[in-house]
Amino acid sequence: MSTMTFSAARSQGGSSVDQNGEGHAASAVARHPEDTGASDVVKVLRDDGTLDPVNDPKLSSDDTVALYRAMLKVRLLDERLVTLQRQGRIGFHIGSLGEEATILGSAYATRPQDWLFPCYREFGAALWRGMPLQRYVDNMFGNSNDPAKGRQMPDHYCYKKAHFTSVSSPIGTQITQAVGFAWAAKIKKDDLACLVYFGEGATSSSEFHNAMNFAGVFKTPVVFLCRNNGWAISVPCERQTASPTFAVKGIAYGIPSLRVDGNDLFAVIKVTRDAIARAARGEGATLIEAMTYRLSGHSTSDDPKAYRPDATLDPWRRLDPLARLRRHVDRLVGWSEAKDKDIEAEIESELKSAIAVAEKTPAPTLDSLFEDVFAETPWHLREQCAALKAGPRAKGH
Amino acid sequence: MPQMNMVQAINDALKFEMRRDDRVVVLGEDVGKVGGVFRVTQGLFDEFGDDRVIDTPLSEGGIIGAAIGMALYGLVPVPEIQFADFIFPAYDQIVSELAKYRYRSGGEYGAKLVIRTPVGGGIRGGHYHSQSPEAQFIHVAGLKVVCPSNPADAKGLLLASIRDPDPVLFFEPKRIYRAAKGDVPDGEYTVPLGKANVVRHGQGLTVVVWGAMLYEALEAANQASSQGVDCEVIDLRTLWPLDIDTVIESVKKTGRAVIVHEAPKSCGLGAELVALINEKAFLHLEAPPVRVTGWDTPFPYTLENEYLPLSHRILPALLETARY
Repeated sequence: MSTMTFSAARSQGGSSVDQNGEGHAASAVARHPEDTGASDVVKVLRDDGTLDPVNDPKLSSDDTVALYRAMLKVRLLDERLVTLQRQGRIGFHIGSLGEEATILGSAYATRPQDWLFPCYREFGAALWRGMPLQRYVDNMFGNSNDPAKGRQMPDHYCYKKAHFTSVSSPIGTQITQAVGFAWAAKIKKDDLACLVYFGEGATSSSEFHNAMNFAGVFKTPVVFLCRNNGWAISVPCERQTASPTFAVKGIAYGIPSLRVDGNDLFAVIKVTRDAIARAARGEGATLIEAMTYRLSGHSTSDDPKAYRPDATLDPWRRLDPLARLRRHVDRLVGWSEAKDKDIEAEIESELKSAIAVAEKTPAPTLDSLFEDVFAETPWHLREQCAALKAGPRAKGH
Repeated sequence: MPQMNMVQAINDALKFEMRRDDRVVVLGEDVGKVGGVFRVTQGLFDEFGDDRVIDTPLSEGGIIGAAIGMALYGLVPVPEIQFADFIFPAYDQIVSELAKYRYRSGGEYGAKLVIRTPVGGGIRGGHYHSQSPEAQFIHVAGLKVVCPSNPADAKGLLLASIRDPDPVLFFEPKRIYRAAKGDVPDGEYTVPLGKANVVRHGQGLTVVVWGAMLYEALEAANQASSQGVDCEVIDLRTLWPLDIDTVIESVKKTGRAVIVHEAPKSCGLGAELVALINEKAFLHLEAPPVRVTGWDTPFPYTLENEYLPLSHRILPALLETARY
């Protein structure tokens, strides 16, 4: 897949995206996500809700509506989890507000046999691939049903049945692991690809370099999905690189790369699907730079007002992936406020009952603190477990 | 029973296990066609091909990160880090990912590797070809750490390490790669992890040691014996989780302990051993436990033999502890 393949994608210009990009100096524009109107950026969903036929991934109406529903669910979950954190009922949340199309679109494009290596904003992908909401909410509460058994902070879950590996906090480590996993599958002649998520900040890590280099040399079936959301906590994307784009980094590793409008569900599906097909044909890895925007702070621990005036969000609010998709859904099947409200009510009640169950579920046992460090608990951990149990109990769990 | 050196024994173990289990793959810098800079993987490339014996780009972080991914898939990678001194670019992958993968995923996943790497001084390698970083891995919950001292143990411990469900750091003392020779059983056998070996039985003093320094400790123990000090020498073999029963039983018997290691003194494994002996055998002690170790300096080139805890430094510690 070369970026040339998608040069036609620009032909439907004249959207607000294009207009938005025009006011910037060339060097800054070229690596800023506001430049989603640039000619190399793959786009499908037009402002009026119609689709550019050139790269239309041709979804069924049912799938389109299901994806809209899923994106709305993720949006509402984000809002609700932030509220729960502010109320002190959960400790932390790191969300995907504004990035739903990148996350859901790429997850939708995977096949059942494919594997996802998450960064930490992709709970929407895990839910799409079958992680029950209850398990996710259990992770938010760190209770004994949490897939991570309360050992990690919220939003650090895993779900093997969905081929969704374990979230960790160090930046970029999952990128190299995804390459190794895909490489092993290639050695064993297994038809699968790995989709690995990371932010544009992670392209500054040694892991990104290691992973891209190994993937290039060994032609591993990996799709590198760089969510360029503009910010690594408080550091803007132009501070991460002097390259004109993040996608261009693929060239150095012999890996085809492209930019896609990350707020365009259909464009994300198209490029991810093509990249997976390419991997499946044995042609190796693809780097996708999905140009999106983090509409929230980095996490509930962050205060973006300290480094980002609220007005800078306005152009991105106009490009809201959910609103854009809704216009399309309306054209497709006729949509109404009432339908949104129905979905909201349904999701709200599902979430409410999941939270009620999670809050009632007891904390993990003291023994669980010492389990899974080793396959069999060795003498020193048995001793320490006994010492913990014999001593006084802490408060706060 | 064939005579082998350490290099041959480790090579024999890798070949044996790769024939037995096609999930086992070897990867690293120069491990393929040339058979490793110490020739430990010689012949594997010819027998198993480049899908299982893989020359990688020069990137320790890449090797270990990719190996973790391979392990998640279900392979059993045995990556080689060319020198333990070069393991640090992979430290994040080892401590943040490999060591924690099972724990942090609530047991849903596990990443099992055996990281082989030459360790220690004595080859005139200067700072970056001589260090002993075992304590920096022992301190991380979730890793097993092994260091053999002879060819038969090297093979048996490596086979046990590859079959163990936990990630293992397998430190190979390069000083004795070719110097240590011995009978190595043909074919199948393992030396269990977590079991020390009492190499020399004695009543007067316990020496705890591993790897290349075992031979220095034995030399010192023999000299001490001619001065009336009867040493018991324990080769730890598995450094973590260590064989606490064997160590404590011996110290309770002798009442005296000397720990020998090449790594710097402060916060080394010797410090942990002293603490454990104090916690578990205090009322049996006749003398304070003593450490004979490398200095708390970077590893030197010219003064290498002043840095290493060789027999001439071990002997006075044995005599002083015995006569305390």
